[in-house]
Amino acid sequence: MAYLEHFQCLVNSLRDAVLATEHFTLSYSAEQSQFIRFNHAQVRQAGEVAQASASLKLIDSGRQADFQLTLSGDSDVDLQRLHQALAQLRQTLPLIPVDPYLQLNKAVWHSHNVQDTRLPDTADVLAQIAEGATGLDLVGIYAAGPICRGFASSFGAFGWHQANSFNFDWSLFHANGQAVKANYAGQHWDPTAFALRLQQARAQLDYLDRPLKVLAPGQYRAYLAPAALDEIIGMLCWGGFSAQAIANKDSPLQRLYAGDVQLSPLLGIAEHVSGSLSPAFSEEGYPRSDLTLIAQGKAQQRLVCARSAAEFELQANGADSDESPCALSLAAGELAADAVLAQLGTGLYISNLWYLNYSDLPAARMTGLTRFATFWVEDGKIQAPVSTMRFDDSAYSLLGTQLEALTRDRELILSTSTYDQRQTRSTHLPGALVKCLTLTL
Amino acid sequence: MFDITALLRQRFAALRSTAEFFSLRYVQESRQHLSVRKNVAEPPSLGRDEGAMLTVRLNGVEAYAATADLSQTGLQRALEQAEALARNINGHALLNVSQQPVTTVQADYCSPNLEQPFPSLGDCYALLASESASVPADPRLVNWQASLGITTVEQIYLNNAGAQLRQAQRFVYPGFGVTAFDGQDSQSRSLGRENFGQQGGFDVIERCGLIGAGASVADQALQLLLAPNTPSGVRDLLLMPDQMMLQIHESIGHPLEMDRILGDERNYAGTSFVKASDFGHLQYGSTLLNVTFDPDIPEQLASYAHDDDGTPAHKTFLIRDGLLLRPLGSALSQFRSGLDGVANSRACGWNRAPIDRMANLNIEPGEQNLAQLISGIEHGILMKTNRSWSIDDARNKFQFGCEWGQLIENGELRGVVKNPNYRGVSAQFWRNLSAVGDASTFQVLGTPNCGKGEPNQVIRVGHASPACVFSQIDVFGGDA
Repeated sequence: MAYLEHFQCLVNSLRDAVLATEHFTLSYSAEQSQFIRFNHAQVRQAGEVAQASASLKLIDSGRQADFQLTLSGDSDVDLQRLHQALAQLRQTLPLIPVDPYLQLNKAVWHSHNVQDTRLPDTADVLAQIAEGATGLDLVGIYAAGPICRGFASSFGAFGWHQANSFNFDWSLFHANGQAVKANYAGQHWDPTAFALRLQQARAQLDYLDRPLKVLAPGQYRAYLAPAALDEIIGMLCWGGFSAQAIANKDSPLQRLYAGDVQLSPLLGIAEHVSGSLSPAFSEEGYPRSDLTLIAQGKAQQRLVCARSAAEFELQANGADSDESPCALSLAAGELAADAVLAQLGTGLYISNLWYLNYSDLPAARMTGLTRFATFWVEDGKIQAPVSTMRFDDSAYSLLGTQLEALTRDRELILSTSTYDQRQTRSTHLPGALVKCLTLTL
Repeated sequence: MFDITALLRQRFAALRSTAEFFSLRYVQESRQHLSVRKNVAEPPSLGRDEGAMLTVRLNGVEAYAATADLSQTGLQRALEQAEALARNINGHALLNVSQQPVTTVQADYCSPNLEQPFPSLGDCYALLASESASVPADPRLVNWQASLGITTVEQIYLNNAGAQLRQAQRFVYPGFGVTAFDGQDSQSRSLGRENFGQQGGFDVIERCGLIGAGASVADQALQLLLAPNTPSGVRDLLLMPDQMMLQIHESIGHPLEMDRILGDERNYAGTSFVKASDFGHLQYGSTLLNVTFDPDIPEQLASYAHDDDGTPAHKTFLIRDGLLLRPLGSALSQFRSGLDGVANSRACGWNRAPIDRMANLNIEPGEQNLAQLISGIEHGILMKTNRSWSIDDARNKFQFGCEWGQLIENGELRGVVKNPNYRGVSAQFWRNLSAVGDASTFQVLGTPNCGKGEPNQVIRVGHASPACVFSQIDVFGGDA
């Protein structure tokens, strides 16, 4: 499907249809995805998904309402659906009160970004995975194809973002049930790079062959690899930087933003959209800004959507309505990669964490578990894999008083999430050495 | 209802395929979400989603293609994409399902009260505004929100063996939440929301208790703000149904999903501490524990007559008198494992393939009313309304948190405590089940937010449960 032409057709039709008192915004999302699941290094389930949707917001007389509709790809059918949605919104607006937090972005901006790199042939990918995974218990998913995002408004704003990408996310399981996690994602499939990534994961399996060490609850030094730190940062993104959550006292970082506490001066966090895989504009039609969220452990800017801007008298800065970061970047530290184990000394090397949630949200205290390739280290040497352990600790401790160092090298983690649609979020972050991590179970 | 049936049948009949088996699953979903926050109506969010998944079986290998183009050309194109993919993966496929039977059933299923009109959008806003306005003026009450989600779904399944299965359902999700703040700590109290949803009409809102709840929910948020932290230590734990549903979901439901046990989910949702050899042998809980897959409670979220592959659904004991009997395994999982299962092959929409899901997973009532449950506890705590959940990838070590806690001493309820959390290990926790509430404590609940699968799917599941008591559980509070 010619996605851009499809979107333009819808926008042009809407511009002709709206009345003098009406305004609209139209956001567009489409993908043509191939999903191939693997279990035991063979294909468990495979499919193609072609989907497109538009979200129409109609504004009139101080009122607004939204309608999200699935698009078929056939312009005649989709124009009919769009105009049915428009009619339903026109019927709806008189039924609702004037919205005091309605804020219109009347800016006329244009953005166009197309990255139509050629994706690998499915048969070739399958052959490479089959060859590389010979003798391995590999389980995971390969997702690939174009992703499109569009935005237009009756004021003349128009944004288009289209990128081809792939994301192969997998685990290798040892016969004893222990596993290592790996990922190969991007826009250019390089067979050599993929083979190397698979080989690196295979090499880690050797460490899992050692007898499992069972730890007692207590406090331990720990190194959190970037993927593990990403889980902690991901939890903080649940309202942590949201203007609405902070104002409504529903943010895990409300005490930081109130100035009551601060994090380690080593910590710098930014929303860095430029150069990321995310569109340069929000679903609401605001160009996204690069923002400093935390500098030297102190709160700086927050993520503000249009509605929060009106309600809390702030400046909208390109956040989506959920006010969650889409391209988070943590500043690097000074710890060299080859010095991590030595500086850890004795403690835990944690590759991944899993299923985090809050024990006490206002205190930013969270719990979660080790998962995949967590090792016990003594005197800077890996001794044994560690059985699954639960931690329960505050971010103000882990990323505050107990943060000893951040690594010099950072890892770019592209979201593997495919809820509703393939996501474009990313985080770019180092690993973290913490003096004390509390294990409880 | 089912207006598109004739057109779909006509187009399905005109499809041309070399596959030995192919099917079409059409899903059309309409959504409406309304909310009033701090007495301000938020913009309504409406939606309509429609598409179909074509699945083929070619030389024993299955593949699918999903499309929103429902024209003859669009469906034929999707069918051919699925065929091409099935050929592509032929040498790499894990399964050969050429011997797996396919359904030939023709049947319809509808939600209760589906024909009754739902109140207008204006009336719904008026109800939400009324509840919002009932929150008293108190500077400590910093945020509150009344909400209502309504989703109607029509699904039609056709295959070349002659099956036709149609489902029309309406799901209703009322909710109310309040946050109180004292300058340092904040506490939230809620009704419904992620912990409640049912099939039906306006009757669901009445059963949820939303009407007239605003003031009391706000009062409870203020009580929590003034309450001490939950003390740390070992106590008997009385879980009310709106926490039992989470306990069932995470530490019985997910571990019993057969696709996890077969390893499909090891890269994402995880595996299970339960092994295939445990069925029929493992004493999962105390003899008071009786767990059913129950599609027969009409208002429960995942009640249906057939699953998405056409397997007929019946009430089935998964655990009886504490003994583990069978997994949550669909026809395909039964084919793969050789174990008995249930009708739980489900997809979240037209663009995702069915996998083993929970559907309705319930605990059967016991014989004690709430007063008897409380009076039987010497040193304990009551916990109510889930707010936090975390469990390991084998679904064993868990930690859960609730909004509301009340200490129990010498058989009597005592003061309110905030931040009630508890932790345990699934494989041992259910063996500590020491009392099960009777039908008067039984509630039909559910959530629309169960995530699983690659590609990811979020689906609605139902959990009905009485209040239950667990002996000697590790409980603790928050930091402040």
